[in-house]
Amino acid sequence: MGTTLVELSNVTKSFGPVDVLKGVNFKVEEGKVTALVGDNGAGKSTLIKGLSGVQPYDGGTVSFAGQEVSLRTPRQASSLGIEVVYQDLALCENLDIVQNMFLGREEKHLTLLDEASMEFAAQKALQSLSVRTVKSVRQKVSSLSGGQRQTVAIARSVLRNAKLVILDEPTAALGVAQTEQVLNLVRRLADNGIAVVIISHNLADVFEVADRISVLYLGQMVAHVDAKKTTRDEVVAYITGSKTPEGVA
Amino acid sequence: MTYTTPIATGHEGSVRDQFRAYLQRLRGGEMGALPAMLALVVLGILFSSLSPYFLTTGNLANLFVQASALMVIAFALVFVLLLAEIDLSAGVTGGSGMAVFQVLNGNLGWNWIVSLILALGMGAFIGAFIGFFVSRIGVPSFVVTLGLFIALQGFMLLLLGDGGIFRLVQPELKSIMNNNMPIWAGWVMLAIAVFGSLSLSLADRRRRTKVGLPTRPFIMLLLKVGTIAVIGAVIVGLLSVNRGQGLLAVEGVPIVIPIVLLILVVGTFVLDRTLFGRYIYAVGGNPEAARRAGIKVAQIRLYAFIICSSLAVVSGLLQASRIGSIESTAGREIVLSGVAAAVVGGVSLFGGRGRLAYAAIGALVIAMIDNGLGLIGFPAAATFLITGGVLVAAATVDALSRRRSGVALT
Repeated sequence: MGTTLVELSNVTKSFGPVDVLKGVNFKVEEGKVTALVGDNGAGKSTLIKGLSGVQPYDGGTVSFAGQEVSLRTPRQASSLGIEVVYQDLALCENLDIVQNMFLGREEKHLTLLDEASMEFAAQKALQSLSVRTVKSVRQKVSSLSGGQRQTVAIARSVLRNAKLVILDEPTAALGVAQTEQVLNLVRRLADNGIAVVIISHNLADVFEVADRISVLYLGQMVAHVDAKKTTRDEVVAYITGSKTPEGVA
Repeated sequence: MTYTTPIATGHEGSVRDQFRAYLQRLRGGEMGALPAMLALVVLGILFSSLSPYFLTTGNLANLFVQASALMVIAFALVFVLLLAEIDLSAGVTGGSGMAVFQVLNGNLGWNWIVSLILALGMGAFIGAFIGFFVSRIGVPSFVVTLGLFIALQGFMLLLLGDGGIFRLVQPELKSIMNNNMPIWAGWVMLAIAVFGSLSLSLADRRRRTKVGLPTRPFIMLLLKVGTIAVIGAVIVGLLSVNRGQGLLAVEGVPIVIPIVLLILVVGTFVLDRTLFGRYIYAVGGNPEAARRAGIKVAQIRLYAFIICSSLAVVSGLLQASRIGSIESTAGREIVLSGVAAAVVGGVSLFGGRGRLAYAAIGALVIAMIDNGLGLIGFPAAATFLITGGVLVAAATVDALSRRRSGVALT
């Protein structure tokens, strides 16, 4: 049992008459990978957008490292150490790896960009994740493969000293070998003590990498199970709603 | 935690490794200004074999002066082209700035320096106007600046009157394009350039060593600075020879050259080494990624347009200085040549890729075509046809290299 880093209790969110989150409880532990699964429209994205401060929750409480916090803006989230790696990556193809990893948080030396320090730190961050697939940190992102881009995007969160990294469908567009690389990276991220939330439709990936599996069904958290103590069929049953929660509020 | 061998930084290895890595980048579609430089060499050989006057020192000076106004407007446009925007009104913005100058200095008799500063301010205001409509309202820059292209012609007519042409009387301003520096000043300029380049390179190298990063072979640094010194010395040397045909000696580096160089160096410094420059490239490459990284995209766009329009006024000043007059029809043609110069030099129309130096080389190509064909005695029709062809060829290279670097996707 790791220590709980983030705990959502009874969070709600509605868009007009539609209740997307109907009082969700969710818990993320340090050094663990928590998979968030659920069918389309179950509220996964809405839950994540609330955590990243992009779209604040309407009600409920969020506690971070035991303290109740307010998450109204992306800046608040990132100052707590919450980083989101989006599905569409958000990298600038015309810039190189170092420039992308530091985008928006460049280091400066005498008011000018401190390329040397940034290059060094980027190198260290990639090394700490045992990344071997990247040839040079000064490669342009346009010359990288999908898996390498995902690697850069994930390493960026490490560089920012993230405590919680949320990955939105990180393997959706990747081939077999690249998926393997990225999942290994996710594992190492957790091994470094970071709390990881991974959203995925691919249950094979989920079972390979996750410690805990949380299932959303129509805006309600129907299961929060240990990945080792459950089966694929059980998770699918929760996702499709054919199995109902036993006392999970 | 296992530490693997460090990931390369692109600074490792011998000169040979570096050269090989460069060739690889070229194959990957990052050609930069290489096609334009080749064009420059080919055109130079072609014209010098066709016209005995082409390689004279007099024509060399002439070529630089002809290219300078074009270069500055191309520099201006680079700032907006990097954002994948365009400013079709840059030429007439320059004209309008000079019209403001004429009213203040000529009609009202204000001090010429004050008038010039206010003319530049007019440029900044126009830039802010465009930037507001583009970044806050979301009107495409093509449309906003096309509208201004038309409106500012009316503005110039309003200020200067129908068919208004006024002589540029201020001697300091007239001499920019028509006079030369003393010979010693040319050499001092070169010395500053070489020394500046050397000390900047050494400072970068020291910084890398201090942080613990590998550095390129020292010989490459010397090679780079040496190339600047040699090419610079050849040009300054040639321009120091008396090129006058009459009794009066005409010698020295034209005054406009250090001005253009200064804009080039300062602009490049801003684009390469400041936060603002980095954000221009980021916004041009992927505005959404820039926004998510916390960059104020609208603000960056606004500033880029302000810089563009202000530099456009400098270009307007150079044009006025060259022809010796301020006209109500100024700047209508040069803007398209400016876009052509930037694109021919290797600045991408799709945003995010390009440097001021590329635009300078592109401007030299365009000016050389004009100058060389004129010397051979080709009709103006040919100049237009060939320049247009070169532009389409350059834009094709841009699109193709973009496609090639996109192949690596997935």
